Parts: sequence; C-alpha cells; structure tokens
Amino acid sequence: MNNFPNILPALPEIFVLSMASAILLVDLFLVERNRVISLYLAQATLVGAALLTVWGMGGASVLTFERMFVGDSLANLLKLSIYIVTFFVFGYSHGYLRDRGIFRGEYFVLGLFGVVGMMVMASASHFLSLYLGLELLSLSLYAMIAFQRDSSQATEAAMKYFVLGAIASGMLLYGMSMLYGATGTLEIARVREALTTLNPNDVVLIFGLVFVVVGIAFKLGAVPFHMWVPDVYHGAPTAVTLYVGAAPKIAGAALLLRLLVSGLEPLAASWQDMLTILAILSMGLGNVVAIAQDNLKRMLAYSSISHMGFFLLGIVSVTANGYGSAVFYVLVYSVMSLGAFAMVVLLSRAGFEAEKLSDFRGLNQRNPWYAFLMLVLMFSMAGVPPTAGFYAKLLVIQSIVGVGKIWLAVTAVLFAVVGAYYYLRVIKLMYFDDATETDAVAAPRGMRWLVTINALALIVVIPWVGGLIELCRQVIRDMV
Amino acid sequence: MFANHLLSLCIWLPILGGVAVLATGDDTRAPRARLLALGFSILTLLATIPLYTGFDASTYTMQFAEGPYIWIKAFDINYNLGIDGISLLMILLTSFTTVLVVIAGWLVIEKKVAQYMAAFLIMEGLMIGVFSALDAILFYVFWEAMLVPMFLIIGLWGGPNRVYAAVKFFLYTFIGSVLMLVAFIYLYFQAGTFDILTLQNLKIGLAPQTLIFFAFFAAFAVKVPMWPVHTWLPDAHVEAPTGGSVVLAAIMLKMGAYGFLRFSLPIVPDAAHHLAWFMITLSLVAVVYIGLVALVQEDMKKLIAYSSIAHMGFVTLGLFVFNAQGIEGGIAQMVSHGFVSGALFLCVGILYDRMHSRMIKDYGGVANKMPVFASFMMLFTMANAGLPGTSGFVGEFLVILGAFEANGWYAFAAATTLIFGAAYSLWMYKRVLFGEVANPHVEELTDVTPRETVFLVLLALAVLVMGLWPYPFLDVMHASVEHLLQQVSVTKL
Repeated sequence: MNNFPNILPALPEIFVLSMASAILLVDLFLVERNRVISLYLAQATLVGAALLTVWGMGGASVLTFERMFVGDSLANLLKLSIYIVTFFVFGYSHGYLRDRGIFRGEYFVLGLFGVVGMMVMASASHFLSLYLGLELLSLSLYAMIAFQRDSSQATEAAMKYFVLGAIASGMLLYGMSMLYGATGTLEIARVREALTTLNPNDVVLIFGLVFVVVGIAFKLGAVPFHMWVPDVYHGAPTAVTLYVGAAPKIAGAALLLRLLVSGLEPLAASWQDMLTILAILSMGLGNVVAIAQDNLKRMLAYSSISHMGFFLLGIVSVTANGYGSAVFYVLVYSVMSLGAFAMVVLLSRAGFEAEKLSDFRGLNQRNPWYAFLMLVLMFSMAGVPPTAGFYAKLLVIQSIVGVGKIWLAVTAVLFAVVGAYYYLRVIKLMYFDDATETDAVAAPRGMRWLVTINALALIVVIPWVGGLIELCRQVIRDMV
Repeated sequence: MFANHLLSLCIWLPILGGVAVLATGDDTRAPRARLLALGFSILTLLATIPLYTGFDASTYTMQFAEGPYIWIKAFDINYNLGIDGISLLMILLTSFTTVLVVIAGWLVIEKKVAQYMAAFLIMEGLMIGVFSALDAILFYVFWEAMLVPMFLIIGLWGGPNRVYAAVKFFLYTFIGSVLMLVAFIYLYFQAGTFDILTLQNLKIGLAPQTLIFFAFFAAFAVKVPMWPVHTWLPDAHVEAPTGGSVVLAAIMLKMGAYGFLRFSLPIVPDAAHHLAWFMITLSLVAVVYIGLVALVQEDMKKLIAYSSIAHMGFVTLGLFVFNAQGIEGGIAQMVSHGFVSGALFLCVGILYDRMHSRMIKDYGGVANKMPVFASFMMLFTMANAGLPGTSGFVGEFLVILGAFEANGWYAFAAATTLIFGAAYSLWMYKRVLFGEVANPHVEELTDVTPRETVFLVLLALAVLVMGLWPYPFLDVMHASVEHLLQQVSVTKL
C-alpha cells in the first residue's frame, strides 16, 4: 500500500466526478417532468463537494499523485468560489432551459465535468495536470455552447471557440514543452528551482514564456487574443454564457497563478512587461468597444475583456499583495458577471431573448426591485463605491501604485471612467426611459431569491470586505 | 450609547430612513412615504443639533470622534469619524437643507415619490459622512457613493434634457475623483496610513506635492466648480428638479471647497502656496467672467447656476489668500450661499410649479399677483447681491478684506462682484416680478401656500440671523481656521 497515493486532497474532485457520472446515468431513467431531479442532484453535488473541501481545509499544503496535485489554501479558496458560482448558474438556468426545450441532464453533467476541470486546474502543481484540467474544462465548454443544436448562432460560436481554443491550447502546450526542454522538468516547483540557475534571458525560455503567456491570454480573453469572447458570449444560450462568464475566469486566474507566479516568477521581469501591454490593451479596447454595443451580452463580453485587463494589472505588480488583489478582483468580478447575465436570463422568456440593451428600457417601471439589483451590479462593475467592485479596483490600483507604477494606475482609472459610461447607459435605460412593454416581469421564486442574494452580496459584504481581502492575501502567502 | 456615536447616528439614521421610505412601495402609498421622509429628516436635524450645542469652540481638535474601528485591516483603512468647526457648519447646513427639500418636494413630486424622498435621505447620510470622515478611503467612499442618488435624482425627475445632464454630471465628477483616489493611494505609501490627520503631518517633496495638488484639484475644482471645469453645473442645475438643484447648490458645491480645506491646504501646503496665483486667477475669472455670463442668461435657473459659480469663485479666492479673514470669509460664504442659492432655487421652483416655465421672458408683473412671494424673493435676491444685514454680506466682506491684505488688485477684481452680482440679481428680479402683468398666465398666479411659506420663512430667518448676528457661525470655526492657517504656513519640504 506504500505506493498508493494519498487521495484525501483530491476527494472533492473524485466526488464530483463520480456524481457527474451517476447523474448521467440517473438522467437516462428520468421522465421529462422529473428532469428537475438532475438539477437538484447537480446542486447537491456542489454542496457535497463544498463540505468535503471545507472538511479537508486547514493544515499545510499537501502534494500527492507523484507531486502532480496540490491541496493548498489557494486551491481551496478558488474551489469554494467555483462551487458557489456554479451552484448559482445551475439555479438560474432552470427556467431558461425549460422554456427553450433544452432542459436536459447533459447540461448539468457537462457543467460538473467543467467544474472538475476547474478544480484540477486550481490544484495543479504540474504542467500536465494543469493542462488536463484546462482541456477538460474547454471540452465541456465547447459542448455546452453548442448545446442548443438548432441555433446556427450557437453552433457558429462553438465552432469559433473550438478552433481558437484548440490553437490556444496548442500554444500553451508548445510553450510548456520548450520550458520542459530548458528546465528538464514538468513539475511547477522544480521548474522554478531550475530557473533560478538558468539565464533568464535565454532564448528558449523567453520563447516558451511567450507561448505560455499567449495561451493564458487566450483563455482569459485578453486583447489581442480576445476575438472569441464577444461571439461566444453572444452566440451561446444565455444559460451557458452565465457559466462561461463566471467560473472559468476563476480557473483562468488559477492557471495564471500556478504557471506564471508559482512556476515562472524568476522570469517575472519578462512577463511583467507582456502582461502590462495585455492589460492596457484589454482595458482600452474592452471599454471603448463596449460603448458601441447595443447587445447587452456583447457589451458584457467587452466589459469582461476590460475586467480581465484590470485583473492582469494586479499580477503586473509582481508582489504577493498584488497577486492577492488580483484574486480578490477575479472573485468579485465573477459574482458581478454572474448577476448581470442572470438579469438577462430573468428578463427572457420562451421565444424571447432579453439581450438587447433596449429590452431593459423602463425596467424601473415594470419591476423596481430588479432594476435596483441591476443598478447595484452595474455600479459595482463600474467600480463606484460603496459596492464591492470599488474595493476590487482600489486594491489593484493600490498594488501597482505600491511598486511605483503611478502612470499605469492613472491609465487604469481613466479607462475605468470610460467604462463607467456604458454601465451608466444601462442604468439610464432602466430608470430614465419609459418602458416599451408594460407587462410585469415574471420569474420563478427561486430565481428571484438567487438574483437578490447575488446582487445584494456586493453591498452586504462592505463591513467584512477587509476580512475577505486578508483571506485572498493569506492564500497567496501560503502559496509563495 | 448615542452620545458616543452621535456622528454615526447622523450618518446612518437618514440612510436607514431612506430604506424605510423605499419599503413603503409604489405611489399608492405616497402620503405615507412623504410623512416618513419628513419624520426622518426632522429626526436627523434634531440629531445634529447636539453637535452644535456640545461643540467646544475653543479647540481645533476633532470632536465627537469615533473609532478608529478597523475596517480593511490589510491597508489600515478604518471607520474613523470626527468633526471640527468647519465640518460642523457643513453638517448643520446639510441636515437643515434636507428638511426643506423634503417639504419642497411634498406635492410637487407626483411620480415615484418614495424613490425621490429616499434618494434625498440617503444622500443626506452620505453627505454628512463626507463631512465627518477622518479616513481618506472612507471619505472617498462617501464622496463617490453620493453621486449615485444625485445621478438618479437628475435623471428621473429632471427636465427635458435630464439624461444628458445626469450623465455629464456623473462622468465629470467621476473623472476628477478617480485621480484623487490615486493621490490618496500614493500618500498611503508615503505615510503607511489613510488617516487624514496623519497625512496632514506628512513630509512630502515639492514635485510630488504639485502632482498631488493637481490630482486633488481635479476632484475638488470640478465639484466647486471652478472655471473652466464648471460646464456641468448649468446643465445639471437646469435639468434637475427643484430639490436636486437645492442640494446641489447648497451642499454639493461646498464639498469641493471643503476638500480644499481638508486636503489640499493642509496636506500639500507648499504646492498650495506655489500655485496660489493659479487658483486666485481661476477664482477671479469665475467672479468676473461668470458674473458677466450670468447677466445675459434668459433662463432663471441658469442665471442662478452661474451666480453660484461666481459666488463659489469668491470662496476659493478666500481660501487661497491664506489669511484668517479670507478663509473665514470663504467658509461664511459657503454657509450663506447654501441658504441663499437654495432659497433662490426654491423660489424659481415655486414659479415653475405654477407656470411650467423658467424663462424670464414668460414672466413680468408677478409681484402684483404674488405679493408675499415677491417680498421673500426680494430678501433672497438682496442677499445674493450681498446687501449688508443679510448673510451674503458677511462672507463677501470678509473675503474682500482678506484679498486686500494679500494684494489690493485681487480685492479690486473681487469687488466687481458687488456690481455684477447686484446687476444680474436685481435685473432678473425686476424683469420677473415688477412691471405690468405680462400675460394671461401670470394673471392666474396664486400666492404662496402655507407649505411654501414654511420653508421660505425658515430660510429667510437663516439669512437674516446670519446677516445680523454672524457671531455664532464665525465663533465655532475660529479655532479650526487658526489651526489650518498654522498648518498651511509651515513648510513640509
């Protein structure tokens, strides 16, 4: 039994994987009207995984599976966030999928497989496990985007995402192979050790690094590797956009932290500049082009590009606190993105997608409460206090001012002002314009509660925001 | 328990009140929303009175201090409140004005009453927060959060071009504020804290001081507003509902000046001295040029808006001549302008509610039909022109005195306001109220209702009391201003 690996750190992954397979089977035997059981099982799986993760928390980080898998506090934090976000996604998607006749077990099964992929990414301590997790996530996403088989838009989006995603994965793999060639190991911690003895300006290393950064930028959707983002967000059924827009960003953060921070930090002088350029371009293009959109899903896609730019800024500082602020940023962003797409789902009904900006016109007259929730979400995205989005931005700016990059901070806040314009426009439509349709917004009660919790979390968190920030910085300190 | 947390009470009571008012629901329950809003605004006013009665005017230290309670430990951001003589006056002005605004909006606002009242109550709490925050980030949070209700007030209940005005207002102030945020963060890394009082004692080189000064300038000058970044104000004022204009003019503009007093002067005194010529020039341009611009306005609200800019130019002039008369005059002018401009906007509101026009040419001979109103408006117009015996005189006189001490030419240019101010105020008054009854609409006008009389009387009393007996206003700020001057005179290089 000596060579049997310690499976305890991976227990949540094993649980989710088994449950996903079980749900796949159970779903076969469910009649149409009992289909909702799959949903409840999927949500129960996430709750169970959360309990397992919490149970396994505490103590030092553990390496297992031939040092390919690490259980540390960063992984636990990211995993818990992924569970929560995905739990909400499943809850939101119910009515939407049912109205469109695509309420099938596969959605939840694929979603859970994606969750396993993200969990593996969060816990990866080896290039291979990282890559495997990423591919499991990506494959689930491709299938989910194409889920609405008869929609040509969705199929096109899935095709685009698949081709571009495959290229990105190839880039990443190519970069990894070069790093392997230079360092002779695939294990992230050993790569780091090996790098300290090598010349950081070695051509092979720089080449490998560039490919790795390109791969990461693709997955995060940072300019100039952002082309897929608007098309996928727009083309996918909104229930899938919900999924794509929230949890995978957290996994993307894991990818970046594990690769660039844990592994390639000795090369920070090189990737710092690359990320700076990516960040500025993302904030600039994302915010400016978002203004021109009249489709809310596309607007939010460009907004996500600009938010990823802000996230990268946190990393650019190359300090533990900067990484911590980036983690905090991505967690807050995923909650905001989740809520904003949930509002699109909420206003949609059978045969009608409320994805145009004009569909939000006069929402305050139709339902003041939803309008208020959307207001909170939009102001939070714009980074207006007292919402959580402000503290996220504050933290990132603080981390870059802390390393003396004041011009970068000024650029960032000015782009944030540009961004405020299109968020304000949504609020303007909801509050200042008259409704074109007068019927009240009908939403299932469960959905109503979830959206309320989701949006209000951004305000209610204020007194405890200090603790959350401390937590994000702590997990980074544990990792480094 | 309340005695130790009086400031928190003044901040959170109206905010909770706003939430309670929102909870009354749609317009079928509007009367309940109105009563509740009035109740909360009066309670808040009552809660702020002990701040004055319990205030020790002999010291500059922060009083009614609360905290610091740890909020964001990682950056040493604390919930930390306290007031000195300067913030005390602003807080009293805020709670007083909010009561008036609630009364003024009583019947005029017919749609979404609960949201309207709630917006003002929440804004009141946030504004009191701005004036009592002793932590830079806490200050910033209140400062920015305030934009949200104001944005909605202009956009929801405003005039025909309200959307443009609301967005312009928001973006203008937002862009200024974010630069201030960067400056705060820079200061944090120099001092290791966001505590305002610590930052005031921090040594900073001249080059960073200058940059910080301009970052603060971006935030505060836009808010004041100083020429040439004033263009959002006429738009916002014209389009905002009466209550929104009153709060904008009476309190929000004061925040810019308050920012100069609390941050620019004590934190970067050397840059302030070096750039005083710049600030004084802009202030004088505002006084003279904007005074002339006001003269040619055809829209009453626009005229008062430009007059506000000119008067605020007086305030900034007073602050940057760096002597006791100037600064005390500036602060007195802030308070007085709060009363007078608020009153004038309410007067225009009273006319607008009856005639639905703000154009001067649509009026004429109103005094024949509304004699009581005419006498009130006469008082406020005179106060706006700086007639001795009204509150307007105190501030203007002190500022001119202070400017004279610094440089006779400053005083000369500033004193032109006595001519221009009188010209545009009285000329508007003449065209609107005197003469023959201009048209059948004016013929149908009815005089002020009891509700309108209530707030006009309150404001008239405030204007006269401050004009005839300014001592209680000047006394509380004296120690704080002395301390401020001392801070400004010591170099931090």
